[in-house]
Amino acid sequence: MAQIVLDGVTVTAPGDDETTILGETSLRLTERRIALIGGNGSGKSTLARLLNGLTAPATGSVRVDDLDTVRDGAAVRRRVGFVFTDPDSQLVMPTCAEDVALSLRRTRLPKAERRERAVEILGTYGLAHLADVSVHSLSGGQKQLLAVAGVLATDPDVIVADEPTTLLDLHNTRRIADLLFGLRQQVVLVTHDLELATRCDRALVLAGGVIAFDGDPAEAAASYRESVSR
Amino acid sequence: MTASLLGMYRPGTTVVHRLAVGPKLATLAAFAVAVTLLRGPWSALCFLAAAVAVALWARIGVRATARAMRPILFLATVFAGFQLWRVGWPLAVEVAGDLLSLVLLAVVVTATTPTDDVIDAITRACEPLRRFGVDPERVALAIALMMRAVPDILDIASQTRDAAKARGLERDPRALLVPLALRTVARARATGDALAARGIVDD
Repeated sequence: MAQIVLDGVTVTAPGDDETTILGETSLRLTERRIALIGGNGSGKSTLARLLNGLTAPATGSVRVDDLDTVRDGAAVRRRVGFVFTDPDSQLVMPTCAEDVALSLRRTRLPKAERRERAVEILGTYGLAHLADVSVHSLSGGQKQLLAVAGVLATDPDVIVADEPTTLLDLHNTRRIADLLFGLRQQVVLVTHDLELATRCDRALVLAGGVIAFDGDPAEAAASYRESVSR
Repeated sequence: MTASLLGMYRPGTTVVHRLAVGPKLATLAAFAVAVTLLRGPWSALCFLAAAVAVALWARIGVRATARAMRPILFLATVFAGFQLWRVGWPLAVEVAGDLLSLVLLAVVVTATTPTDDVIDAITRACEPLRRFGVDPERVALAIALMMRAVPDILDIASQTRDAAKARGLERDPRALLVPLALRTVARARATGDALAARGIVDD
């Protein structure tokens, strides 16, 4: 598993150094499945975005396998894939095959091979028949599946998924969750679904920009439930 | 979500589909120049007939094309109506014909050309600019994203219209334009984040 290390990290609001979004946090994430849970605005998405370099820390450092997410951003993003809540913002090309092929552009494969590989990847996730279909015409579940396929196309070591099932129905939630939990990659999952969180090896509960609990997922879920009912 | 043909590739095997992207873009550019230079209602009608013929030849679907052209048809009618009132029918026909033929041919080009091919063609075309500090891949990606943004913005506009209607504000331009602008900017930012997260802008 990748070694993700946060050392004295804080995050402030863009253009406002006075407002802290994530308080001083030091962590070492080495488990295979890690859940981040907490209420809206608790800082869990900010913590997730730090891991891919999408958000830069105001202080401290985030390192993935000794690569700094700010200084070695490109190398970190090759190792850490990111799945967004809304696949519509993640799918940037008109058709399914073109979108996966876009991820493969950095492999410098010739175009024909890229297309062939993209269709092959779509096939792995049961989407090969949709290769030339517009991403606009897909269902929510198919879009999220395609978004995950686009991220997995470059075979990263870590997948950070920011509430990937929030917009999905029960069937598609299970489909995406089973896919994520079946991956060889290390997965950091931001979720409101406590059932999914308890399937992880470790869970962190965030509240008001600080880590309120870190440990066993069942205990984390109980702690979060208790904080909500208070 | 309403899938529009604007900015959207539709696979096919017609001659128009098989034509290389370079000649297609060059033809579109030459067509645009000709439409701008040649004046009068008859040339405008000829250009429109030519664009319709190419669209039929490309078999991109009459219904989908009509749906994509609906907003432009509305605009062309407004412009033509204004010209009819202010100047006369020849200019009204010319304005509407020129606008419709140009947009229709652009729709045919985007509907018959994979975006990946467009990216490659633009990258090649911009290669000489590299010595001036221009990154051809980035320029090509920006243009491809712009094409992709057209159906996206139409979707956002449709959702915004529905939301305004649900609140009984369909006649208030602020209820349409402000959320449309804000949501379009938010979508652009989210797309930027997604590109960064996928490492596409790193290379």
